[in-house]
Amino acid sequence: MLKFIRHNFDGMNGIEIYPIISLVLFFIVFVTMFIIVMNISKKRIDEVSRLPLEENTKSKENTHE
Amino acid sequence: MEKEQFYYDNKIVKMFLSATILWGIVGMLVGLIVAFLFVFPGFLEFAGSDNAISWLSFGRLRPLHTNAVIFAFVGNGIFTGIYYSTQRLLKTRMFNDNLSRIHFWGWQLIIVAAAITLPLGFTSTKEYAELEWPIDLAVVFIWVIFGINLIGTILKRRQRHIYVAIWFYIATLITIAVLYIFNNLELPVTAFKSYSVYAGVQDAMIQWWYGHNAVAFFLTTPVLGLMYYFVPKVANRPVYSYRLSIVHFWSLIFIYIWAGPHHLLYTALPGWAQNLGTVFSVMLIFPSWGGMINGLLTLRGAWDKVREDPVLKFFVVAITGYGMATFEGPMLSFKNVNAIGHYTDWIIGHVHIGTLAWNGFMIAGIIYWLATKLWKTKLYSKKLANIHFWIGTLGILFYAIPLYVAGFTQAFMWKQFNPDGTLVYGNFLETVTQIMPMYAMRAIGGTLYLAGFILLAYNIIKTAKAGSEVEDELAEAVPLKKISGKRIAGEPWHTWLERRTVLFSILTTVAILIGGMVEIIPLILVKSNVPTIASVKPYTPLELEGRDIYMREGCNNCHSQMIRPFRSEVARYGEYSKAGEFVYDHPFLWGSRRTGPDLHRIGGKYNDNWHFNHIMDPRSTSPGSIMPRYTWIIKDDLNASDIEAKMKGLVTLGVPYTDKEIAEAKQSIIAQANKIETSLRQDPEFVKNYGNSNIQNKEIVALIAYLQRLGTDIKANNNTALK
Repeated sequence: MLKFIRHNFDGMNGIEIYPIISLVLFFIVFVTMFIIVMNISKKRIDEVSRLPLEENTKSKENTHE
Repeated sequence: MEKEQFYYDNKIVKMFLSATILWGIVGMLVGLIVAFLFVFPGFLEFAGSDNAISWLSFGRLRPLHTNAVIFAFVGNGIFTGIYYSTQRLLKTRMFNDNLSRIHFWGWQLIIVAAAITLPLGFTSTKEYAELEWPIDLAVVFIWVIFGINLIGTILKRRQRHIYVAIWFYIATLITIAVLYIFNNLELPVTAFKSYSVYAGVQDAMIQWWYGHNAVAFFLTTPVLGLMYYFVPKVANRPVYSYRLSIVHFWSLIFIYIWAGPHHLLYTALPGWAQNLGTVFSVMLIFPSWGGMINGLLTLRGAWDKVREDPVLKFFVVAITGYGMATFEGPMLSFKNVNAIGHYTDWIIGHVHIGTLAWNGFMIAGIIYWLATKLWKTKLYSKKLANIHFWIGTLGILFYAIPLYVAGFTQAFMWKQFNPDGTLVYGNFLETVTQIMPMYAMRAIGGTLYLAGFILLAYNIIKTAKAGSEVEDELAEAVPLKKISGKRIAGEPWHTWLERRTVLFSILTTVAILIGGMVEIIPLILVKSNVPTIASVKPYTPLELEGRDIYMREGCNNCHSQMIRPFRSEVARYGEYSKAGEFVYDHPFLWGSRRTGPDLHRIGGKYNDNWHFNHIMDPRSTSPGSIMPRYTWIIKDDLNASDIEAKMKGLVTLGVPYTDKEIAEAKQSIIAQANKIETSLRQDPEFVKNYGNSNIQNKEIVALIAYLQRLGTDIKANNNTALK
């Protein structure tokens, strides 16, 4: 897969650091996201994921017009 | 705190729902007509084959189909779902009823304006952004109205936590605004004509950054939002993993925006930009499949309901279609797969898996379910809905599979060489006639799908008639207590973020801007990305008029102007295309598929008479061709009255026309037109039939001038080195 990419960079100098920066950035962003997401409590998650199921309409219909 | 009573606005939801059904039928019908034009190219020539009707030609109807199904059908569909779910998820009525109405009627007016102007040939030619500048302005205005209404509703909510569906709506709102504005930056030269401010390679890059992300943020993210609301709602169980939905959201919107250049692999776009597109497109499979799995697994333990409930059946096929299309997308982004798929009908099959299955079935399911809620009654006929489901599914298969076969057939025939090094199928038409049965089957698939959708319309009308007229629905909820904007002790970070609407929107904007900026800014600022070629000169006034006719007729819908650096393409079309050849092309006309052959090196390949006869009746020069007859181009006088305004506009954009050239534009047109007329007279047949019809004043001479110019700048000076 990398054969598609590598040849483009053959002629450039001093760019070795960029892939490493990219990798580190991606790693940090996704790991942080993962940690943040995992830290939400189970109770909270259950509560939130039930939001679409809540029915707050009154059973008595009203056209109010 | 005491509960407040308020009313949900159901009327606006009903209005959008009705518009979805109406435009769905219109958009699909135009699609079907276009599909039949492949099989019967002359079937719309009601006034006889000598009098082809301009506004019924393929090049003008195809953009009408794509715009109608994307912005009219899916657009109204997502607004239906957004207006219904936002009110309920936030426990409040929409922010402002007037804004809702302006949004609705404004959107419908834009659609009507598009339906009139596109067949009349007012087009910027940039795919899914064809509308001319006055309509673009209206789109931006209405989008802002929608934005104020959505954000206003979020701000006055009675529910602290903003559910994941709403995040997807926010991302849609922001990203479409950014994309639409930047891709449609154009300089108006007359009331209905503009030129893209970008040229050539840069224009191509911006267009496909837009084109890809219009799919991402108009056809995907809002529909994912709808999935996260309606699938749990209908199945009556919470989403499979709410945590996964958070990861899904952030990774999807971050990665999607980088993937645009995969539409330009092996073109004259700089290699680094192509590679970024490939890498991110491949990564995109993870968030996409995360979302698909989250949707499907929401139905875990409820598969018995799927058997009973047509709505859930539609959802299951829709989400499966999403999974298929988002698997195929990354695969097509590999350069070696793309080399096969690009410019072929495979791509058309691929997008229709996305639109017919994912968008169409998601919206159909939502419409069936909403009808029962909005009209407070049972569905008129569950049986009809089931029939719709089955013929719709068959329709999708009959649509997509023949086009996959057609795509591979085209690719392999285009690339086949004889042992002596010549092309086996040197005549492009051999590849067209070979796949005609596939085009016929595709039209049958489209017919089935449309038939299913008409059943939906009938079913919903019957349901509405039997139901009650409840426009507003009473609800009650506790208002929000004011709490600090800062994080409360123990409040998780993301939970806090979700109640900070503005901060959330800013972070979303940052996430979607990074990818686009990294790809686009260097391409515009770094000159070495587009090596200039000394022999490339601006078009003459007549060629420029010809180019505008080429655009008006939508020739770019079937003909590319971008020869990829493959042996098979160089052998067929000529020298591969260089970035520097397009520096005066406002907009670029590379096209995205080859129903007909590439035209970048058409200049000088045939004589003027060949072009004349070919435009008059393509089948006279190319037996078996499915190109429309363009008889009006031969009959209509060329209107070059705006040529000075056009040239001045292009000067503003950096095309080096001199004041003298602009002042003498009309004389130049007459001189070049007379030359072409003289050359046409060399054919006795032409003199016999058209000798007295003043062809030098007709549009055809401009078009011939343009076609004969195409790709010749570097042919003439083959030795001119790249600067």
